[in-house]
Amino acid sequence: MNSLVEPRKWEKFFWPVLACVLFLALWHYLVIWSATKVFPSPLAVEKGIAELARKSLLWRYIGDSLRRVALGYGAAVVLGIPVGLTLGWYPAANQVVNPVFQMLRPISPIAWIPVSIILFGVGDTTAVFLIFLCAFFPIVVACVDGVSGVPAMYRQAGRNFGLSPVQLLSKVVFPAALPQIIIGLRIALGIAWLVVVAAEMIAVDSGLGYLVIDARNSGKRYDLVVAAMLMIGIIGLALDLLFRRLRNIRSVRWGFRHGT
Amino acid sequence: MSLSPSPETKLTAERIGMVFKRDGNSTNVLRDINLTVGRGEFLCVLGPSGCGKSTLLNTMAGFLSPTSGEIRIDGEAVRGPDPRRIFVFQERGVFPWLTVEGNIGFGLFKLSRAEREQRIAHYVQLVGLEGFQKAYPAELSGGMKQRLEVARALAVNPDMLFLDEPFGALDSITRLTMRRELLRIWEAEKNTIIFVTHDIDEAVQLADRVAVMSDRPATIQQIVEIDIAHPRDIGSARYLELRHGIFDQLGLAHKV
Ligand SMILES: Nc1ncnc2c1ncn2[C@@H]1O[C@H](COP(=O)(O)OP(=O)(O)O)[C@@H](O)[C@H]1O
Ligand SMILES: [Mg+2]
Repeated sequence: MNSLVEPRKWEKFFWPVLACVLFLALWHYLVIWSATKVFPSPLAVEKGIAELARKSLLWRYIGDSLRRVALGYGAAVVLGIPVGLTLGWYPAANQVVNPVFQMLRPISPIAWIPVSIILFGVGDTTAVFLIFLCAFFPIVVACVDGVSGVPAMYRQAGRNFGLSPVQLLSKVVFPAALPQIIIGLRIALGIAWLVVVAAEMIAVDSGLGYLVIDARNSGKRYDLVVAAMLMIGIIGLALDLLFRRLRNIRSVRWGFRHGT
Repeated sequence: MSLSPSPETKLTAERIGMVFKRDGNSTNVLRDINLTVGRGEFLCVLGPSGCGKSTLLNTMAGFLSPTSGEIRIDGEAVRGPDPRRIFVFQERGVFPWLTVEGNIGFGLFKLSRAEREQRIAHYVQLVGLEGFQKAYPAELSGGMKQRLEVARALAVNPDMLFLDEPFGALDSITRLTMRRELLRIWEAEKNTIIFVTHDIDEAVQLADRVAVMSDRPATIQQIVEIDIAHPRDIGSARYLELRHGIFDQLGLAHKV
């Protein structure tokens, strides 16, 4: 019962909370000790957040950032999964497009900003497009890898039971590749959340990324800068935790035997 | 060769040859294999590892085309896999994303819901997986997974089963139980079974006839008829005699 490995229920919450408290305390005393005039203390940041909430900017900016991610990431999922499954299914097609993909993939989405501003102007579309770009490639690659990693035995069994190619794809190949695809989707979402902040610093005038840049430019409000950073971190964490829950779905849990 | 085989004949293999070509060099795996399997027969194909047993079974199941020769089932040349003949892998062939029920019902997508559920219930019971209908393969033992795969195959009412060392990954006690179960099921379902193994005892315990294969390029050295009624006494003189005969055939010593 008292396993040394399995943490007890209260411990699961206790240690992270303790770490957060220690972190805030360290931050607080470092600010006092260094007598910095620029960097805000946790209390100042908390006041900053309250101020943003009062001016009802907080929820609006969070909402704007989340909306852009939802659109860009959503489009990447809707397009990336079919493209990835198709490329995985037809290795010949994959060999044709793979060099292009491999060349486009290492280009940081930030480098796309000038091009997308020419294409879509300054505004939401540019931000959404950048998020789409950065999420699309990891999703496609995860699908291709997932499909080509499906054991031949599963396909063979599917064919043996008389499945048509479409059925084979939907009933065997897709579920067999799904754990791998979920990993790709999670990575892509993490990247999308990084990129939305960068895009908002340049291309739009709302959202958490804009808040960071705007708070600094108009009056050097570093309490608001750090408040925005904190919100970015918390929301990013929340998105990731939400995604991790997907692994508990019973029909994919077999693919996540090890690791966190 | 007569064009209309006797109704007692299920499968014929005629002069099967198989050469794999890879990176310029070719491996001659099967050479001039001739075999006739009767309807409802339990045939074991026995041979050393790597001799080409799986290759032969895959040509019979339609997953590989032989380089030369022809396989006929019910008088028809085999052109590809067919749901009337199911290939059973080691237990790793079950689908981990489906429950026990989902796996057994996998090949039943053409049936009505009611019929499908009835079949699933029947085969859950036949292989003794009651109470585990909603479990996933990851929650089952090796032996249970193997029974599940057999049930998935039987559920589509195949008239032939191809089993490729199905019990090879199980512990020796489970393996014995599984053999007994397979014989029970075979007697109930009356399918034609071709069972590949490298285990002499397994072959002599299960088969009506044992086809003993030689090393590569493999031919069938000898076909041994196991004329002992089930349930077989594995201490009986006849059993030991047949077993020794196969040992000699494979060129093995009787002492360790
Ligand atoms: N697709 C293939 N390409 C090339 N060589 C193969 C292929 N499949 C099997 N072989 C070779 O054929 C031989 C027989 O393999 P296999 O039929 O799996 O043997 P067994 O099932 O009796 O252990 C082995 O030497 C193996 O390397
Ligand atoms: Mg083999």
